[in-house]
Amino acid sequence: MITRTTFAGFGGQGVLLMGYILSHGAMHKGLNITYFPSYGAEMRGGTANCTVTVSDKKIASPVASNPDVLVAMNGPSLDKFEPTIIKGGLIFLNASLIPEAPSRTDVEYIQVPIVELAKEVGNARGANMVMIGTVCAKTGILSLEETIKGMQAAMKGKDKFFGANEKAIERGFAFAKDGR
Amino acid sequence: MSAEAAYKKIFGFPESLKDNPTHYCPGCGHSIAHRLVAECLDEMNLREETIGVPPVGCAVLAYNYFNFDMVEAPHGRALAVATGIKRVHPDKLVLTYQGDGDLAAIGTAETIHAANRGERISTIFINNAIYGMTGGQMAPTTTLGQNATTTPGGRDQRLHGNPIDISQMLAVSNGVVYVERCALTTIKQINRAKKAIKKSFRCQLDDLGFSLVELLSPCPTNWKISPKDAWKWVNEEMVKTYPLGVIKDITGYEDKK
Amino acid sequence: MPSEKMLMNGSHVVAEAAVRAGCRYYFGYPITPQNELPEYLSARMPEIGGTFIQGESEIASINMVLGASVAGGRAMTSSSSPGVSLKQEGISYMAGMELPGVIINMMRGGPGLGNIAPSAADYFQATRGGGHGDYRTPVLAPGGSQELADLTFVAFDIADKYRTPVMLLGDGLMGQVMEPVVFPDFINLEDLPKKDWILDGCKGREPRALFSLLLGQDGQLYKHNLHLQEKYDQITANELRWETKTQDEDEMIIVAYGTAARIAESAIEELRAEGLNVGLFRPITLWPYPMAALRELASKVSKVAVFELSMGQMVEDVVLSVGDRAEIHFYGLPGGIIPTPADVADFLRSASRGDGKVGRRIDV
Repeated sequence: MITRTTFAGFGGQGVLLMGYILSHGAMHKGLNITYFPSYGAEMRGGTANCTVTVSDKKIASPVASNPDVLVAMNGPSLDKFEPTIIKGGLIFLNASLIPEAPSRTDVEYIQVPIVELAKEVGNARGANMVMIGTVCAKTGILSLEETIKGMQAAMKGKDKFFGANEKAIERGFAFAKDGR
Repeated sequence: MSAEAAYKKIFGFPESLKDNPTHYCPGCGHSIAHRLVAECLDEMNLREETIGVPPVGCAVLAYNYFNFDMVEAPHGRALAVATGIKRVHPDKLVLTYQGDGDLAAIGTAETIHAANRGERISTIFINNAIYGMTGGQMAPTTTLGQNATTTPGGRDQRLHGNPIDISQMLAVSNGVVYVERCALTTIKQINRAKKAIKKSFRCQLDDLGFSLVELLSPCPTNWKISPKDAWKWVNEEMVKTYPLGVIKDITGYEDKK
Repeated sequence: MPSEKMLMNGSHVVAEAAVRAGCRYYFGYPITPQNELPEYLSARMPEIGGTFIQGESEIASINMVLGASVAGGRAMTSSSSPGVSLKQEGISYMAGMELPGVIINMMRGGPGLGNIAPSAADYFQATRGGGHGDYRTPVLAPGGSQELADLTFVAFDIADKYRTPVMLLGDGLMGQVMEPVVFPDFINLEDLPKKDWILDGCKGREPRALFSLLLGQDGQLYKHNLHLQEKYDQITANELRWETKTQDEDEMIIVAYGTAARIAESAIEELRAEGLNVGLFRPITLWPYPMAALRELASKVSKVAVFELSMGQMVEDVVLSVGDRAEIHFYGLPGGIIPTPADVADFLRSASRGDGKVGRRIDV
């Protein structure tokens, strides 16, 4: 099994943190991972992306030719990365910011109103937590417990956010299950 | 009465110098400066606790003359090398012995930043206003009007820039606790220089900060004048550009008169 | 005890590994993409009684390494390509004076300021001696985070064993990628062989002098260079490192190092599914280069493909190793971009067909 996921969005949307949570969760589960962030000048332009590869085998390239999963947190990210996704791949859309569907018809996609769902559980700033919950649930890479563990490892020392983030992650899992 | 008791040794060859003939030219100031450093180390009982860093320049072979641990630095980098040494051995005396080209041209950045970090290092700065080892080219400290092989007709401010007073520049840094300029060309100044070198070592041992002793030094060979005239030129001309005396002293030491 | 599995980026990995390998003196000047390394050590060194100095330049930093090494410490500096150019003076002096020390180069795009994306265009500089004089620098090229950790230990050991500067050659991507790493245990500094040449004050012994100016009329420099060469021969005999991933049905091998090798490995996996069998030869020491091992492998296949994140530098060592024992095909991408396994797969397909569409054949 190998899954390559690209997370992309504006700086400040918690894009890199989502990748970090997935990485930690998968590592704790005993899987191999590589986490490759955008960096430097690219980052200073206000956009952020990272690619996380998760596999039960040793991972060769941390760079993916065609990611299996795209998590698009804004319109420009969808435009930029949609063409790179593998045929039959899966796209998660931040429906709170991206009203339209992907233009490709050979991929699956899920529209997640992450801001509304985050507000619903009283964690307005936890939209990325809702998203990572939905991503982990839908792809089946991590269970709810493993995702929460990943969040705690990725945010070590920021314990005061754990409770609210757990709720948001749970909300993401529920959305993946029920579609609402 | 035994011979030892009857005769008291009042002068001798310093233990901190090796008994090797130097390659320095007649009338050069390096031999005097070497001897002063050696006498200070002997008198302060520091020879075995000292690591010295000579520069690239006429004193590049100083390890043939100094009888303590020495490492040759790349040109200009003496104070970076000394910084590395001092951080490994904070309890040892670390000194650099540098010429004007090394300290004030190619190594200006290393000099300023080591001093500004307040590295506990003593720098002996030999200013002879000329490039000696390479054969008489302009130094950063060459005075206006002074002839060098690359300032034919004399150093011209517009063409060649100004002589640099690096000691004054260093004195403004908060990392620097003591800077004094002496000459090697009168008995009085040589004695002053010795006191200054000792004080610089003391600053380091007392963990106060960076200190530097600038020594105006004659170079008859490359100035193309006799040793006697060279000494005279230091005393009468060079001091106009580089006035002698204490440039900075925040050590709090009370000098014994 | 080795550490638990830890998730860190490559720059942090090298920094932590250095500490565990006994490095107590770090000197460096900021440059992207390796700033995480000095940042980490600025906090870590004080914890373990070590020294961190942000030097005023790369030149000052390498000379501080030189000084700390003279004084007997395990010392290191790190930078990226433009900064490593500035360090070459110090590296030459350290080679001449036989001083151990570790230099990390997380390569970025060049020439000049280039850009901050990964590159492998400093192969010549690293392996051919970027400074002046007749010297060689052992160069280790990690293939990923775990090797960044392990080879950092090796770098310090080789440096001390042979009294020579050693370079660890990574790239910007490697410095940023996070992977789980298990660190070897802390070495005990007391266990390291005593150095009988360092400067620490001449109490109870004759004074020592370390220098690289050898003016002696009795052939002092000549003899010194012969001595250095003997040492380089020993390193070549003892320290070669490489990895092969091959199987009997391989019709071709691809030679690549560092990040390029990882990308190539994924390309190989893609191609196996298509029935194209390609083996991997990954040099880990770039100097000395594992020539004999590559030559032996090349004699078993008809084609050797070379992939580099430069326009062609390591390929010269491949040509020296392989000669005309196999067809050599080269594909180089200019530094400063991030290639994908699909790019390399296209090259290997083209090399297999021999149509010259991607990359080019090298006439030997």
